[in-house]
Amino acid sequence: MPPMDAVAGEAPFIEARDLVKQFGGMRVVDGMSIALARGEMVGLIGPNGAGKSTMFNLLAGSLRPTSGEIIMDGADISSEGPETRIAHGLGRTFQIPRPFGEMTVLENVLTGGQGQSGERLWVNFLRPRRVATEEKAAVEKARGLLDFLRLTPLALEPARVLSGGQRKLLELARILMADPQAILLDEPAAGVNPALLELIIDRVQALHAQGRTILLIEHNMEMVARLCSRVAVMATGRLLAQGTPGEVARDPAVLRAYLGSTA
Amino acid sequence: MILHLFSYGAFFTTVALTYAIICLGLNVQWGQTGLFNVGVAGFVGLGAYVSALLTTPHSAEHIGGFGLPILAGWLGAALAAGLATLCVGWLTLRLRADYLAIATFGFAVVVQLCLLNLQPITGGALGIAFIPRPFAASAHDPARFGALNLAVMAAVVLALYLALERLGRSPWGRVLRAIREDETAALALGKNATRFRLQAFAIGGAIMGLGGAAQGHFIGFIAPDNYLPMLTFQVWVMLIVGGSGNNRGAILGAIVVWGIWALSASAIAAVVPADQQARTASLQIVLIGVALCAILLLRPRGILGEVRIVSRHLLPGSRLRQRLPHADRR
Repeated sequence: MPPMDAVAGEAPFIEARDLVKQFGGMRVVDGMSIALARGEMVGLIGPNGAGKSTMFNLLAGSLRPTSGEIIMDGADISSEGPETRIAHGLGRTFQIPRPFGEMTVLENVLTGGQGQSGERLWVNFLRPRRVATEEKAAVEKARGLLDFLRLTPLALEPARVLSGGQRKLLELARILMADPQAILLDEPAAGVNPALLELIIDRVQALHAQGRTILLIEHNMEMVARLCSRVAVMATGRLLAQGTPGEVARDPAVLRAYLGSTA
Repeated sequence: MILHLFSYGAFFTTVALTYAIICLGLNVQWGQTGLFNVGVAGFVGLGAYVSALLTTPHSAEHIGGFGLPILAGWLGAALAAGLATLCVGWLTLRLRADYLAIATFGFAVVVQLCLLNLQPITGGALGIAFIPRPFAASAHDPARFGALNLAVMAAVVLALYLALERLGRSPWGRVLRAIREDETAALALGKNATRFRLQAFAIGGAIMGLGGAAQGHFIGFIAPDNYLPMLTFQVWVMLIVGGSGNNRGAILGAIVVWGIWALSASAIAAVVPADQQARTASLQIVLIGVALCAILLLRPRGILGEVRIVSRHLLPGSRLRQRLPHADRR
């Protein structure tokens, strides 16, 4: 299977080339390639054990590839750790949300801020006014994001009291605080009640409309079909098929991967 | 009588405040960052000896001292302990938390053995005596001497408290708490966890070194036996009892636990016959253990517990705070 192309003629914004991740003797990701054009939203689907989450963690820097390359806006970031991804404009959410439970919702969002002088130790004593000015601007921005994701009533509550769906929204707010140009969304619909799911879908569409590049892992095919114009299907660590949601849904190889060889 | 009581009260509080300094250092490491340092005694001992060597007059019995002012000794102690913490942290903070505990415990044992055996530098088991005491010229007037030392120690604790509160409520402190809560999530937000943890570890170690120096100068004598693992245990109990993650809790815990320690020593001295006192002194440790158990059962988060720290700009009175719902909730 050739690499999945981004929009023809345009350099991909995110590109993975022949990625391999081996755990012991097992190749969980086995030569996977994928490319996303700037501003594109792509769904990554596949049966359980296909290697989607590992692929996601490779792109997010949580795992280092055994071989292959990850190119972000022309820069090779394959060997960089997860803490540098944001500086390249790449943010992620987690399949099981990871809020900072004892911190308030607002503080959770503020933590997503980038390049704050106050995160440098001595600046807090040497340039307190600068820190204060930046912090006020950060609080205003965080409040805007909380409004956008309808979390304002919970702003000063500890994050541990949030429901599963609210935690997904909080993760989104937290990463948006960093102004990422591209976002890796890991199963944003998992375990979310229908009312919140509509809100999440609406907000993801809004983020896409703002021009952000989005890679979405999701089992909810209805959601993938509503959000993504292109879908990549993974099976046994490789790219099995690609195309529009309708095309991949009719692809016999995809049906076999999901339903077994008798399908 | 009143004068005696005042002198004793000042002495007691000053010693308790030296523990409060050490406890504040541990609170930066454990309470705010979640770094499990079980080698507190090593960093405290290092600070005490560095300051003693820098400030004592030249001695024929060991190398140094250098006769520098007490303030230089304190700064040197904080710097030396901070650098030592930086080295230990640089080697171990990338590893799992339990390795940090093993490494810091090992460091404390190594420091204590060095203090005991490097006789040409440390004076060996006999320790270092005649360490300059602040306001030594007033020593003939115990009440004045006690009050002046108490004032200085209170000023040091207050300055540290204010500085640490500022840091705790700053974006830097927020990142520390985020790393403590979930390092993976903090990394995904672009926070270099190793750098932040190393900074917090070194600051905590430097404060512990300062505490050791302050204690050494106030008592005027130090020996390797002062820096056994029991000291680490005492400081941990102080932090847990007062409230881990809370700077006021760290100070309160130091005073309460030192109070239990000192009062139980007096009670034992008053009740137990002199020839049995050495044995019954172990009851002090039992008492501290019981106090720890009681606190853990009755107030698992300590007397004060960790307060939910929000941005300094969301404190009471802030316009931003007033515009948020539930702004009065903590």
